[in-house]
Amino acid sequence: MADSASHAQPASTDGQTRRDFLLYATTAVGVVGTGLALWPFVHSMNPAADTLALSTTDVDFSAVQVGQAITVVWRGKPVFIRHRTPEEIAQARKDDSADLRDPQKDADRVKKPEWLVLIGVCTHLGCVPLGQKPSDPKGEFGGWFCPCHGSQYDTSGRIRKGPAPLNLEVPPYAFTSDTTIRIG
Amino acid sequence: MSAYKTNNKMVGWIEERLPIFSMLQHSAVEYPTPKNLNYWWNFGSLAGFMLVVMILTGVFLAMNYTPHTTMAFNSVERIMRDVNYGWLLRYLHMNGASMFFVLVYTHMFRGLYYGSYKAPRELLWWVGVVIFLAMMATAFMGYVLPWGQMSFWGATVITNLFSAFPVVGQYIVTWLWGGFSVDNPTLNRFFSLHYLLPFVIFALVFIHLWALHTVKSNNPLGIDVKSPQDTIPFHPYFTIKDLFGIGVFMMVYLAFVFYAPNFFGEPDNYIPANPMVTPPHIVPEWYFLPFYAILRAVPNKLGGVLMMFGAIVVLLFLPWLDTSKVRSGRFRPIFKQAFLLFIIDCVVLGYVGSQPPADTITLIGRIATAYYFFHFLILLPLLGKIEKPKPLPASISAPVLRGGGMAAGATAKPMEKA
Ligand code: HEM
Ligand code: FES
Repeated sequence: MADSASHAQPASTDGQTRRDFLLYATTAVGVVGTGLALWPFVHSMNPAADTLALSTTDVDFSAVQVGQAITVVWRGKPVFIRHRTPEEIAQARKDDSADLRDPQKDADRVKKPEWLVLIGVCTHLGCVPLGQKPSDPKGEFGGWFCPCHGSQYDTSGRIRKGPAPLNLEVPPYAFTSDTTIRIG
Repeated sequence: MSAYKTNNKMVGWIEERLPIFSMLQHSAVEYPTPKNLNYWWNFGSLAGFMLVVMILTGVFLAMNYTPHTTMAFNSVERIMRDVNYGWLLRYLHMNGASMFFVLVYTHMFRGLYYGSYKAPRELLWWVGVVIFLAMMATAFMGYVLPWGQMSFWGATVITNLFSAFPVVGQYIVTWLWGGFSVDNPTLNRFFSLHYLLPFVIFALVFIHLWALHTVKSNNPLGIDVKSPQDTIPFHPYFTIKDLFGIGVFMMVYLAFVFYAPNFFGEPDNYIPANPMVTPPHIVPEWYFLPFYAILRAVPNKLGGVLMMFGAIVVLLFLPWLDTSKVRSGRFRPIFKQAFLLFIIDCVVLGYVGSQPPADTITLIGRIATAYYFFHFLILLPLLGKIEKPKPLPASISAPVLRGGGMAAGATAKPMEKA
């Protein structure tokens, strides 16, 4: 290689452009090829098929009284299901017009107003907010309080105070009967 | 380099094929070391020693540790109770991590005070910062392995930092987890990387030393070596001094291991991980506290994450930020005080990071964070321009020899001190 290169030096520019082309083409193929070869390594770290397969959870909440809440597991995360009282629903609707960081109407966050279904993961850095048990602090807005850095959520699970940027997420779910839902 | 000579046939035979003896001779025996190094220069070799201890104890722990969510916690308890000397291996490793950070932080503050990041040592400094980052990643992932409550929630909060990045954030986090929350795939990969990274650090340490031996050590006066009289050979002078340092250090380290093994730990980490319940007060290990305080000081999620990484990245820009031509803080009257304030600021940040969030704590955290960046971004560039440094000695030998090379009798006393 080095030999022929020094030979070609004084020759026509024609040969040089052809050599340049070959060099660039080879480099490009090498870079793309290396990238393609890396992808399996990178993608092997994404959720595996069996992890994805565990992605629905069925819940029967017929025993949950008004004002009570239960926590179920979906995709390894807690899901909060709160049987809201009429006052909580009224408060949530009234707050539709409050100063919200992540504006959303309460009606858009529920399928049936008395059942609030939320992923129980603080949208700041992923702690589980308190507020499910009667003895838990619920924060200034009657919803949930995150112990990690003090985020506060209202009775619709909307962020009202603290560092979290977004409302508690509503997971995809559907009512399979009056008192059962399938999450996922 | 003086040519390597030997009478030993076997050594000669090897040397001709692999010049390892001359390399050792050159870099561990003859290596010309400034003769005025003080004890702050012990911390590099101490950190290297600690790295070896971590790898050794880690490899033996791994023989009994099981990286699975259902077994990890119990396998660590088994190491503590049933494995012969398992408690010793684990306590050496656990406290070793804290000691490692004590040593490396001291090593870094030494560099900050004596201007060791200035030309020609910029690359040496940068490799050091990369080692520091790799250490933080290693320690973070190691802390996840026992799979206690702090392990789990620490991992959750720290990996969630990446969700702050717009658009790609959530994909990055899912990828890091290998699922939809911190779970078994996360634990497995953390163990894999926790095993790997210390060896990467080991390699980086060699690059660090390669750069060091190219530009040679800085010294407390911060002036260049001018003649062979300014140096002494590494062996035996510094081999023995470093060994002495290791002896003193071991007394401190082992005092923790044997008398207060859980001093640096969190009791909550002896509760098995529960993904459904966050402990009321989660804190990272002490060595991350100042950065945690910076994270929490910013009311915006992405902003907090960027500031936290920025606090480390800013170290890389030091060679340009510090505009002073004088290396050593000893000759910089104002810098000296700024340096003291900076250390106090870091301690305040550490304290703030350890406290639950409350209004006054957050306010102190904000002021301390602002001061941290003020120190690097405004104070250092400005000081170099306005400060009038004290006169530098003509050479390393000059302050002890007074007029360079007087009669030996007159200088014997001060020489001893050097
Ligand atoms: C840079 C060097 C290293 C640092 C800073 C480090 C740090 C840590 C930390 C902080 C823990 C948690 C200790 C606890 O709370 O129980 C840990 C655990 C562990 N480390 Fe390391 N480590 C290092 C090197 C290694 C190496 C090289 C290996 C294996 C080859 C290893 C294997 C383990 C194992 C198996 C555990 C789990 C057992 C336990 O929790 O004690 N470590 N490490
Ligand atoms: S994780 Fe909830 S406030 Fe930070």
